[in-house]
Amino acid sequence: MPNSAYIVLIPLLPLAGFVLLGLFGRRYFPRSSGVIGTGLMVVSTGLAFWVAYQYFAAYLTGGNQEIVPVRLSWLTFSPGFSIDMSVILDPISVMMIVVVTFISLMVHIYSLGYMKGEARYGTYFAFLGLFTFSMLGLVLAENILETYIFWELVGCSSFLLIGYYFDRPSAVRAANKAFIVTRFADLGFLIGILILSFHAQTLDFRTLMSRLAEPDSRLASITTTSFLGISLLSWGLALVFVGGAGKSALFPLHIWLPDAMEGPTPVSALIHAATMVVAGVYLVARLYPVYAYFGSGVLQLILYVGAASALLAAIMACTQTDIKRVLAYSTMSQIGYMMFALGTFHPGGEAGTLGYTAAMFHLFTHAFFKALLFLCAGVIIHLVHSNEMTDMGGLRKLLPLTHVCFLIGCLAIAGIPPFAGFFSKEDILLAAWHANKLVYFIGLFTSGLTAFYMFRLYFSIFWSRPVREASGHHGEDRGGHPREAPFTMKLPLVILALGAVFAGFVPFSRLVTLSATPLAEEGVRFFWVFPVAAALIGLGIAGYLYRVASDRPERAAASVRGLYRFAYHKFYIDEVYSFITKRIIFNWIGRPAAWIDRNVVDGLMNGLAMGTARMSAAIKGFQSGKVQDYALYFFIGMAGLAVIFIYIYT
Amino acid sequence: MSQVPLTHILIVSSALFFIGMYGLFTRRNLITMLMSVELILNSANINFVAFNRYLYPDRLDGVFFTLFIVAIAAAEAAVAIAIIINLYRNFKSIDVEAADEMKF
Amino acid sequence: MSVSAVVFYILSVVILGAALVAVTSRKIFRSAIWLLFSLTGIAGLYFWLQMEFVAAVQIVVYVGGIVVLIIFSIFLTQQSGKDLPAPVRGRAFFSALAACAGFLLTCSMLTRYGFRPAENREGEVAGVGGNSGPVADVGNIGAQLLSTTEHGYVLPFEVISVLLLAAMIGCIVIAMKTKPDNK
Repeated sequence: MPNSAYIVLIPLLPLAGFVLLGLFGRRYFPRSSGVIGTGLMVVSTGLAFWVAYQYFAAYLTGGNQEIVPVRLSWLTFSPGFSIDMSVILDPISVMMIVVVTFISLMVHIYSLGYMKGEARYGTYFAFLGLFTFSMLGLVLAENILETYIFWELVGCSSFLLIGYYFDRPSAVRAANKAFIVTRFADLGFLIGILILSFHAQTLDFRTLMSRLAEPDSRLASITTTSFLGISLLSWGLALVFVGGAGKSALFPLHIWLPDAMEGPTPVSALIHAATMVVAGVYLVARLYPVYAYFGSGVLQLILYVGAASALLAAIMACTQTDIKRVLAYSTMSQIGYMMFALGTFHPGGEAGTLGYTAAMFHLFTHAFFKALLFLCAGVIIHLVHSNEMTDMGGLRKLLPLTHVCFLIGCLAIAGIPPFAGFFSKEDILLAAWHANKLVYFIGLFTSGLTAFYMFRLYFSIFWSRPVREASGHHGEDRGGHPREAPFTMKLPLVILALGAVFAGFVPFSRLVTLSATPLAEEGVRFFWVFPVAAALIGLGIAGYLYRVASDRPERAAASVRGLYRFAYHKFYIDEVYSFITKRIIFNWIGRPAAWIDRNVVDGLMNGLAMGTARMSAAIKGFQSGKVQDYALYFFIGMAGLAVIFIYIYT
Repeated sequence: MSQVPLTHILIVSSALFFIGMYGLFTRRNLITMLMSVELILNSANINFVAFNRYLYPDRLDGVFFTLFIVAIAAAEAAVAIAIIINLYRNFKSIDVEAADEMKF
Repeated sequence: MSVSAVVFYILSVVILGAALVAVTSRKIFRSAIWLLFSLTGIAGLYFWLQMEFVAAVQIVVYVGGIVVLIIFSIFLTQQSGKDLPAPVRGRAFFSALAACAGFLLTCSMLTRYGFRPAENREGEVAGVGGNSGPVADVGNIGAQLLSTTEHGYVLPFEVISVLLLAAMIGCIVIAMKTKPDNK
């Protein structure tokens, strides 16, 4: 039974890696840091798989269980209200630890080859360990404040890793942007936590959900009190969602994700594709019973925000030329899918909870194929020394393995059967069909767009130009033999490709459901035809335009010139933000605040100091050094005391 | 002697004391400061003698105190003069205003 | 107002007047001489109080010793004809103020207290041949000074001798001219 304390080793091993490599990596392990970090991750991943096996084996026979193997009481405010550090195991958290540890292990192995020869090799693996620890802590947290702590830690690790090449100003700016935008969203998250926990008088997830779920008289205030016409419960849930939206780069808080591609490619694979950006989805899923039964208004918000993100990201991805940015927008689009799947809850029957299962399933499969795509991109970038699609082309003979893996990834993300993405995307669209037809059509259109831009990328990299043979200097190792990538970089590609192929066959509807019983699917006949058809149409158009280098793309772009330009500039959202911050916030809030700080606050302090100095200079004159002055003062004091004691104090 | 109450003698000696104190605080020369100190000591002597004569005429304690004070004053004056001479040799001046090394 | 009262008041005037001029005079030699007059006046006051021995000691030691010592040191250290520098203005004013305030305070305390002489001697003139106790003449003073019984002062007497010896040696040491190193 996985209720022993060894489960805490799963997050603690990467933390130990962080401490060890962070403190001693540069001096004592300059070349072996990678092996140490990877070794720790192997153990952690093994433990995670073992726990998952035991948990789900018991789950299938015994029904739902939520196990809390470890609880450490940290700050106790009152008997029922305390901040603990504890671990919870339920279907989604077990699934997440498997995903996080596995992808992190793949990235560790890949980085052994990719980051070889870097000056700060040890520091890189230390930061990877910190991130893995934070993400694992986040998914295992039982307590909403503990989640917040790890949430912030994840943000911090992301900042450190995006800004890893800190001598590049663009990387520094990107790291700042990511941190500031997510921090701003986290403010909403914190306020939401405070509202919910204050009314429920507890911070613990299970107690929180049970108390908010029952119409207890003590908690009636949260549903009846309203602020600006919306009940407090909805405010709390909406603010928590805002926090999740920031971390998951949903529209309009998505501006940091494309810029975050300044970090090393394995980092992008781990953080900004597979794990950190799904933290928002995970958070909503964690609190799903409350959202589902009481926050229906907020769920509508989630539905539309998710759908808008999915669509807008897909449109923006069609115009980008940087390979990593295309993949970033693709991530944003897929997360939009997951979010609107969560928003499709409707009461009445089990079918209403299909969205929950579908979102988690898509999260699982997306981790595999998105990480695969990013790591392949890393190999390509490593070869070509550039991120731009225009510098690539005809690489399929030079990078045979990468070619196959990238193709598998694109097929998976487009939703072509029998690859993983097909199953999860079909579940999402089914849930949308039952809930809201408009969102279904948006999802359908977006999957066509997804296929289009992913295959645009594929064809531009591997076809488009005359095939490049293994020539003199590119792709060769020191021995002179043409090589695609070292073994440590190829192994994760193969493993992830296998995952992308087979992950769709995991029976999620039996394992991860909201009501803890296996979900009977209400399928619509031939439902699968439409998404696959849309994907094939997109694939075909991409092939037509990009398979052979021609001017067809330019003519196509010219025909929708205005829309193209609008999408190319990412809908000018960055400019809007820049305007708001520079013109409004800096001038109207920043400058007055700085003035007050300099003149009023500092002025007060300086004034006090100067007053003290002047008074002291005035009193200083008493110490003249002359004996007769001292004698005079002495006599005056004595006479004063004599008067007091003789006449006044009798 | 009985026509003059004790209080009058004490007033005289107090006045002498405060005149000496004024001189001590005001004079800039070390020798003149010493002279003021002698005045103060003498006022104390007058007090002792007057108390002895008026309040305890059958005892001699006041007289002895006076004698001892005189002896000590003499010794002290001698030592003070020695110091003044030493100071004069080193600094060629005995202006007490110049000795303000201990100021702020 | 008997003659002795008049004598007393004249003596007080002499004492205080001379003292006042001594502390304010600008010429140092004159200041020393006024001090001399003041001390002599005090001796006269002792005579008036019928403490002859003390008066004699006063004249011999104070007037004849200390004032002479002061005059010698004036000659040794400076031009005695030169004027003394004026006192510091602020300090002179505050010192005068302090002195007057102190004097008034003391006077008020004295008048409030009202010293009463010992009861069984009220009104009696202590003097030659009138008392039944010891009289302040030389024989009695000497005997009591060296007696070891109660009210004897032999211990302070010895200590004073040691003190005088120490003072003498100290003066010599302090005022000694150190030999110049002429190597």
